[in-house]
Formats: sequence, structure tokens, C-alpha cells
Amino acid sequence: MPRRDFAFPTFMSFAQPTPQQVQTLKAVLFSACLIPLARLVWRGFNHDLGANPIEVITHSTGDWTLIMLLITLSVTPLRRILEWPWLLKLRRMFGLYAFFYVCLHFLTYVWLDQFFDIFDIAKDVLKRPFITVGFTCFVLLIPLAVTSTNNMVKRLGAKRWQQLHRFVYFIAAGGVVHFWWLVKKDITEPLQYAIILALLLGLRALFYLRKTSLPRVALSQR
Amino acid sequence: MLIKKPAAIRPTEITDQALYLKRREFIKAAAVAAAGLVIPGVFATPRQAGAAIPNIRKSIYSTAEEMTMLKDITNYNNFYEFGTDKYSPAQFAGKMKTRPWTVRVEGEIKRPKVYDIEELFKIAPLEERIYRMRCVEGWSMVIPWVGFQLSELIKRSEPTANAKYVEFTTLKDSTQMPGQRSSVLDWPYIEGLRMDEAMHPLTILAVGLYGDILPNQNGAPMRLVVPWKYGFKGAKSIVRIRFVENQPVSAWTKAASQEYGFYSNVNPNVDHPRWSQAKERRIGEFFKRPTLMFNGYADQAAQLYAGMDLRKYF
Repeated sequence: MPRRDFAFPTFMSFAQPTPQQVQTLKAVLFSACLIPLARLVWRGFNHDLGANPIEVITHSTGDWTLIMLLITLSVTPLRRILEWPWLLKLRRMFGLYAFFYVCLHFLTYVWLDQFFDIFDIAKDVLKRPFITVGFTCFVLLIPLAVTSTNNMVKRLGAKRWQQLHRFVYFIAAGGVVHFWWLVKKDITEPLQYAIILALLLGLRALFYLRKTSLPRVALSQR
Repeated sequence: MLIKKPAAIRPTEITDQALYLKRREFIKAAAVAAAGLVIPGVFATPRQAGAAIPNIRKSIYSTAEEMTMLKDITNYNNFYEFGTDKYSPAQFAGKMKTRPWTVRVEGEIKRPKVYDIEELFKIAPLEERIYRMRCVEGWSMVIPWVGFQLSELIKRSEPTANAKYVEFTTLKDSTQMPGQRSSVLDWPYIEGLRMDEAMHPLTILAVGLYGDILPNQNGAPMRLVVPWKYGFKGAKSIVRIRFVENQPVSAWTKAASQEYGFYSNVNPNVDHPRWSQAKERRIGEFFKRPTLMFNGYADQAAQLYAGMDLRKYF
């Protein structure tokens, strides 16, 4: 696709940054994604996690898992709308951060909340719908994390890799359901995640429809 | 590893700056109090949240368990009138005006009356009741309430034969209670007890906490405490107590009847549909502990439900 020649000069670097610029941005974002964890640790050491620290840690790591998942899912729509193909280079990092925070979330539950009480954990996973859904999503994320390397993409083949990684749509939806079923009454927060997720998935549906319904010529002349 | 050396003056020994700045008020208050001793009754009211309550009696119903820290009791509250997260009430409840305050006692009674809150303070000698409090969410505290038995107020009201239940209503005023602007519950907050539950010696109306006037976020100026039931049964900031013939529909039952029943007795064997009630985390502790039947008050309260299927009447 030819580049637009009317793009604003200030956007030029964003539309076509040098590999060095992308690397720098990646390093900055990598550090930024650690801030939520650093903040928790800081508050923990300063006894600033309130009356129920385990609950705060559980909720915070859960929140950041969902946020990272939504950021990951926003890469494709953003790169298509803004026509910034290089954004793809950030996607794996965000995806792995989602996995990182869900591991912390799961560890908090297993260690701090249940203290490795396997019997109670098994009962929870089988009996409580919100934990069933959350646990399923966590397990489903593992193969995606494992196959995130370039080498694995090659081994699986791009097509099969993509098919596998489309599971992330179900995982993200499951994550929102997990939160929705947890809250006692006030669904404001899960609803916010649900709306953003619906938007991100809706955009994909739109892209797909345009791709299949419009002739190729029309698309390239857009 | 951090090795902290104790400071020469412990932080607890330093006068809080806010207190220091109020030192003149303190002297004035002391003078007023002294005058009050000379002319009894003149300067007796009004009382502020946090002020000490004099002449509190001990009670045989108090537990000897370690009490939850005041800062946790007053900063981790479910009081949806001030927001749905547990940190909001401490932030926003300060706006609520608890003096003057009246409580309308009415319904199937011979002596309906609008009580001034100061009158209720004198309805019976105030007692300290150190109770376990188990929240339906799976955490618990040990709280030193100050209050009087609800039965004292009921006896004074002389219920008729039609009085089968007692209904409690919380203040409804969205200008003072910002959480009421959201329709998360059907305001005002309503709770109810069966007459025998209301008459039970463990059931109290609390007006204080840790020997002081009840802080707003804990339900000032007066709230219900029923220690063998989940915490949400304890209606806060009560403006009306009504004696009725039919079982009241509580705010939580209205919101989700399959999850929150009328009785809501603490019961480790009957799970909430979405989470287990078998264990609880005592605030301030790391390990969960098993939840006790009727929150450990089975000896006193179990007979109220003799013969009832507690799975059905949850």
C-alpha cells in the first residue's frame, strides 16, 4: 500500500520510525509495564496495602492482566487504523506481560490466599464458576506464552500459529466474565473492560467484513 | 535487609500536629466540661464522632480474642451509601451530619416515638460488646462496639401481638451519601430481624467503637449489630425502626434474592452461590481460619432456628 504523502511531518517518525527508535520505545514501555508491580511491592514494604493486603494484591494483579490483554488486543486495530505497521513489534511484549501478571495473580491466589491448600483450590476451581472460568483462561494462556518465540512461529507455521493465538479472544472474554462473576453487585469496572473488549473485537469483525465483502481494487484505492 | 534503629522519641509519643493546633479548643472544652460537672446536664451534648463515651460497662458477652486494629475497622468498610469499594466510606462519610439526629420508632407498638439520638444514648447503660464480625465476602474482624441491647428499646415500645418482625431503615439522602446517586442498591437500605432475633441479648444497637463515639463510616450515629449473622445485616445510620407483621424484604435480598436471604446466619456449611463460606481471613492475619457455625455464637443463637432447614432459610 503506498504511503500517504499528506501525513503530518510530526507523525512521520511514528508512521515510519527507525529500528533504533522502535527499540528505545520498546525499552521505555517494557519498564512502564513493571510500574504496577513495583508500586505493589513498594506499598507492601511500607505497610500501605490497607486492611486486607492479599485482596489488594489479588485485585491489582488481576486488573493488570486484563489491562495488558486489552492493550495486546488493541495493537492490531491501532496499527490498521493509524497505518503504523511497526506496532506489531510491541505486541508480543504486551502479551507476555499479560501472562506475567496472570502468573502473579494465580500465585497470589495459590500461595497468599489459599496457602497451597490443594484440596480447597480444587474445590474452588470445580465449584465456583468465576474461578472455573479464570483458571481455564490461565491454563489456555500457557500455550500462547510458550509459542510466543520467533522460533515457535516458524515451527508451527504462520497460519497454524495464528489459529492457535486466536484463542486470546476467548481468553480475554473469559477474563472479563471472571471479573464480572466475582463482584458482589457493582459491575461498573467489569463493564468498562467488557465495553473496551467489545470495541476491539468489533473492529476486527469490521476489518474482516470489509476484507471479504469489498473487491480488492476498492480496498487498495481507499 | 533493613535494620531500623528506634528513634529517640517514639512517633506515638509526639503530639499529632492537628491536635497541637487544637490545643486552645482543648482548654476550652476542658473548661466547658468542668462547668458541666458543676451544672449537670447543661453542657452534656452534643457529642462528636471520636469523642470518648463515659461510664461504659463491661459485658459477659464480649470475646477475649485479640481485637482488630482501629485503623482497619475504620478504613475497610462496606457502606455502599458512600461507594462500593471498601476504602470509600472512610473518605466520604465525613460529610454525613449525625447531630442532630432522630430515630422514628413506629409500627405495631403501643408507644411509637421519635427519639432524639441523645435520648437513645441514655435508654440503658452503655456496654462494651467485643464481637466477632464475619463479612459475607469471607473476611472477619473482632470489634469492640459500645451500645445497648435492642431489647431495651423494644420493651419500651410495647409491641402489639401483630409485631412479628422489626425493620430497620438507613438514612436516604444523596447529598450526604454520594453512593446513593448510583442505583447499585434500591435505596434506602432496609434490613430486618424476626422478633425473637431482635429480642436476643446479643443483638445490640451500637453507638460507639473502641470506647468512643461511633465514626461515620461505621454507621454513626447508631447501627444494628447481630454478631451471629453476616455483617450486612447490621443496618447503619438508622433513621427508622418499624415493627411489622410481615417479613421485611432487605436491600440485599431485593438486589439478589438467590444470594442473600432474610436470615443470613453465618454458616460454613452453606456456601454463597459464588464463593465458599467455609473459611475466613481475620483482618490482620495471614492464614485463613475455619468459619464457625453462627460465627461462634451457636450456644446462644442456635436455638432460635431449631428445626429449620438452614439451607432453605439461608
